[in-house]
Amino acid sequence: MMFADQILQGILLGAYYALIACGLSFLFGVMRIINLAHGSIAVLSAYLVWSIAQQFGISPFLGLLAAVPIMAAAGYLLQRTIFERSLRSGPLTPLLSTFGLAVILDNSMFQRFGADTRSLAPAIGDLSFAGWSGPGGIEVGQLAVLTLVVAVALLGALQLFLSYTPLGRAIRACAEDPETAELVGIDARNVYAAATAIALVTVAIAGTFLAMRSTFDPYAGPKQLIFAFEAVVIGGTGSLWGTLIGGIVLGVAQNLGSQISPQGFLIGGHVVFLLALAARFVLAGRDWRGFLPARKRAPA
Amino acid sequence: MSLLAVENLSARHGLLQAVSEVSLAASEGEILALVGANGAGKTTLLRTIAGSHRAAGGRIIFDGTELGTMRANRRVRLGIALVPEGRRLFGGMTVEENLKVAGANGRPGRWTIETVLDAFPLLKPLMRRRAGELSGGQQQATAIGRALMTNPRVLLLDEVSLGLSPVAVQAVYESLHSVIEGRGTTIVLVEQDLSRVLRIATRVACMLEGRIVLEGKAADMTRERVTEAYFGLRRGAGGAHA
Repeated sequence: MMFADQILQGILLGAYYALIACGLSFLFGVMRIINLAHGSIAVLSAYLVWSIAQQFGISPFLGLLAAVPIMAAAGYLLQRTIFERSLRSGPLTPLLSTFGLAVILDNSMFQRFGADTRSLAPAIGDLSFAGWSGPGGIEVGQLAVLTLVVAVALLGALQLFLSYTPLGRAIRACAEDPETAELVGIDARNVYAAATAIALVTVAIAGTFLAMRSTFDPYAGPKQLIFAFEAVVIGGTGSLWGTLIGGIVLGVAQNLGSQISPQGFLIGGHVVFLLALAARFVLAGRDWRGFLPARKRAPA
Repeated sequence: MSLLAVENLSARHGLLQAVSEVSLAASEGEILALVGANGAGKTTLLRTIAGSHRAAGGRIIFDGTELGTMRANRRVRLGIALVPEGRRLFGGMTVEENLKVAGANGRPGRWTIETVLDAFPLLKPLMRRRAGELSGGQQQATAIGRALMTNPRVLLLDEVSLGLSPVAVQAVYESLHSVIEGRGTTIVLVEQDLSRVLRIATRVACMLEGRIVLEGKAADMTRERVTEAYFGLRRGAGGAHA
């Protein structure tokens, strides 16, 4: 029963990783950008929601509603000012520019908020610790379940948006072939900006859950980035549902690892990440040597 | 008056001069065929007109408006659509999505999914299939349908028969013929099959090493004359333009 409990807790933890990885995966899928400032932006949105909730004495959920348009606008500007210029200079420049952005954000938050840790847990009352008891002493936290529900709903909504709306189809067209997308009348620059805005809205949601489930400080971003990155790589870069699976695999691996040794929590996750990475390299290598069948080409 | 005119247009690929001071014009409803050997600059010329390739010099004038450095998506909204070489479909999207994505971003007009399916009935049972899974002929029909969904006034077709079986080429051209008949759409067509070009085009221009070396009404052209220009056998003779 303890094993089942660890798996269940791992799945719930993985849902949080999927939530935080969603924006990273989305941006990579659409623009092939690895946003190294992703974790820092999540922490920034956590501070934003915390500040709104503190300032106006409102629930963090209402604070999140107020933060969503702010983060969307920030995403639009981020694309137009940094990503767009970086992408013109080759695939490595976005890595450098987003790394620089992360450094600036981390230190700016330190300058503004100091080194104290903060949390939204006190602002959500019982939700931060309340749970349901199941058979065999299994405890399921209400916030963890809410995180899972939100993660699945967010990924499902994104999937529906990409499949059934004109902007969603335009985003997918740009993700496949931006030059041809322009040839069918799509303004790829605007579409990329809209995609970045959407990605930052998902980051705002993830940042709020980060702040509700734990404490955060100005330098908490890189750790969130690592977990998000591992979830994306395990689940398959650019795949939304793969990100959920990747997050859950990471969460379960960390929980099982923690049963082996106190340090096993992080090591378990890293080992699974490295195994997934190695598997991808091996498969890519085999493909390159022609051991795997070549991609099917349409016959004339 | 010409609907589309290029004046002294030049384009480069790095140091290579792909198009050199080309001047051409196409009127409303005209079918202008560009012929020439591989590397003659035909594709670059079409891509430059469509806005996918930056011009190094010269002017492109569409319906009295100079396009300058206007981006491709804005040219589409003016009425210029390119069916690129190799089709370049969104392979992960269905045929229906390929058509819809173009329809949502082009000009309003008579071309809708229904009218495209009337012109290309072979696409009707394929609407839910991913474009990347289709045969070459089916992909080409989708690519032309996608361009038509933007309701172009000028349709640029780059080697629509490339890589297709003769049966598929015949089917595509038959559909294309019904598409353009009586609709006033101007077509600029790159095609290697000279017999087909002389049969369907109203005017023919032959390119060699980035320049127009022969241009005139298709009715005035003979296969031999075009072939001579194609291989550069008339270059030194002067008066290449008809």
